[in-house]
Amino acid sequence: MIFSREYETMLREDLEQLQVERLQMTLNQVYRNVSFYHNLYNEKGIEISDIKSLDDLKTLPFTSKEDLRKSYPYDAFAVPLRDIVRIHSTSGTKGTPVVVGYTKNDINIWSALVGRVLSAAGITGHDLVQIAFNYSQSTGGLGFHYGAERIGASVIPVSGEKVLKQIQIMKDYRTSALVSTPGYALHIASVLEEHGMDSQELNLSVGIFGSEPWSENLRTEIETRLKIKAFDNYGLSEIMGPGIAFECEERSGMHVNEDHFIVEVIDPDTLEILPDGTEGELVFSTITKQGFPLIRYRTGDISCIINEPCECGRTNKRIKRISGRTDDMIIVDGNNLFPSQIEALLFEIEGLEPHFQIILNREEGLDNVEIRIEVSNNSFAFDEIKRVQIFQEKIRQELINSLGLHAKITLIEPKSLGRTNGEKIKRVIDMRLL
Amino acid sequence: MLKIRNLEAGYDKLKVLKGISLHVNPGEIISIIGANGAGKTTLLNTIASIVKPTAGEIYLKKNDISLSSSDQIVNNGCVLVPEGRQLFPTMTIKENLILGAYTLYRKKNKKSALENLNNIYEMFPVLKERKSQLAGTLSGGEQQMVAIGRALMSGPELLLMDEPSMGLAPIIVKNIFKVVESLRNSGKTILIVEQNAKAVLEIADRGYVMETGTLVMEGSADELLNNNDVKRAYLGKDYKEFTD
Repeated sequence: MIFSREYETMLREDLEQLQVERLQMTLNQVYRNVSFYHNLYNEKGIEISDIKSLDDLKTLPFTSKEDLRKSYPYDAFAVPLRDIVRIHSTSGTKGTPVVVGYTKNDINIWSALVGRVLSAAGITGHDLVQIAFNYSQSTGGLGFHYGAERIGASVIPVSGEKVLKQIQIMKDYRTSALVSTPGYALHIASVLEEHGMDSQELNLSVGIFGSEPWSENLRTEIETRLKIKAFDNYGLSEIMGPGIAFECEERSGMHVNEDHFIVEVIDPDTLEILPDGTEGELVFSTITKQGFPLIRYRTGDISCIINEPCECGRTNKRIKRISGRTDDMIIVDGNNLFPSQIEALLFEIEGLEPHFQIILNREEGLDNVEIRIEVSNNSFAFDEIKRVQIFQEKIRQELINSLGLHAKITLIEPKSLGRTNGEKIKRVIDMRLL
Repeated sequence: MLKIRNLEAGYDKLKVLKGISLHVNPGEIISIIGANGAGKTTLLNTIASIVKPTAGEIYLKKNDISLSSSDQIVNNGCVLVPEGRQLFPTMTIKENLILGAYTLYRKKNKKSALENLNNIYEMFPVLKERKSQLAGTLSGGEQQMVAIGRALMSGPELLLMDEPSMGLAPIIVKNIFKVVESLRNSGKTILIVEQNAKAVLEIADRGYVMETGTLVMEGSADELLNNNDVKRAYLGKDYKEFTD
């Protein structure tokens, strides 16, 4: 079902007019109210009144995550704090997190946009929607919660409950739609099978999955094992959270909510805009957000724009399934992680050299992380087993405390991590079949 | 119905409109709210070609009218109801109304003009009763009805209304906005400029907020009514209410 027919099936000409209007208004707002943009445009000699068409957008500089970090916590807000009704945050995987504020109106729009995501997957007011994202400061849980309430569905905010409890609720409450990471859906399927339960016993018919990369193969697997229809969607906390782009019943690419976001794809090296159909880095500008507007925000996600009519009748452009990252960020059980974070942490622990390797595996839908660390001979008596164990435990705890990462730690002899002549150690070995 | 891109206009060296882009869909009531001197009246006067634009485009039903003359724009179905009614006080109501059909008479289309006149009498029976009375003797609310009636005489599709509530008692304002609503229900499209933001947002579909010659916000009427900035600046609510 199309939730907002007027805007989702707009003629391109009308949509572009709306986008230009909203872009110009957003520029007026950020130039007046956000010191980062005000200074940036002054420095570069940009007159915002020169932005007269969508094509002129390309003359504006990009916004990077680094820029936003410098504004921690509130400097990039475009409205005073008294107008902010909710504060979310990115996980801060690379140091300082990005704090995102929403006005009452932002929340309303966000709810409606997530309503579009759910409606496109056939979810209606008659559905029972179980949300298995953690209700933390990240946007997945509350984003979908409000969207599901908006379409009148019954929301079950199970959040990060244990999987058996999730299944119990799913069975007893007759949950019909599941919102989670794709990995978690697979985990649920595995546990069901382990306990000799048939997914037929459940009332589940549809799943909305996101927040980590996945593939068509994984989709097929989830669909067969849980006997549901699985939909992909795209969201990013800095921009808004879920509700940026979503799959319709055709499931060939995700429709971008273009009446609220302008999407571009650039070459991450040359920063040139790439033609539709060519893969590159996704860049979004928000054109209706009041609390935390962003102009040309570089997401680091790789995809391409599909600018062809869709059978479903929506006229919004689509983006392909995210195929990777421009940086070395990895996603573990839906959480973002950079190898550099682990490196920084190891540096602080005495006796360790930053020679390590992260090995990722997936078992029954859950990610296993192993970190192999080379230990230098002189600083550490390698032969005392007990000391080794204590040391391993120390690192393990450190990772849990500062990164929330549960990893298996393996200490190994110096120079034992495979590296050919002069080459760097391969930081991440990802053996998951995503 | 109406589509404006990057419109600039002003008076001599004074630039009042600094790049306005907006659109009005058929059958919508769109309101533009903003403080004194924001450029709201200049915007309507520029659309009606009373002020000539210095840059930008104005499309009325896909025709660029930015260089058209005022009477051509009326012929194209767009009429201005000016601020402060601007009636001819020493002429009768009927004479004032008939002046609104000037373009029809020029086209020798007297029949349509008479038809429109009868429709207007039907809509505002009080005007029919007093058709021979001098316009200057009417109350503010009645004068506003004449001004609206005069605009309707040429059978427009799009009405530009400039501060119809100006100087009227609250109860009369209510009536005027009821009239505006019924005009929309009868198929007209309306672009209305108002300082009485609350009253106009109650009947509008969408609105734009104008500040010093630029638009800074667009949204459904509900969104704007609930927006704290709009509340503070135009709905007469102050900070205290939010912090209490």
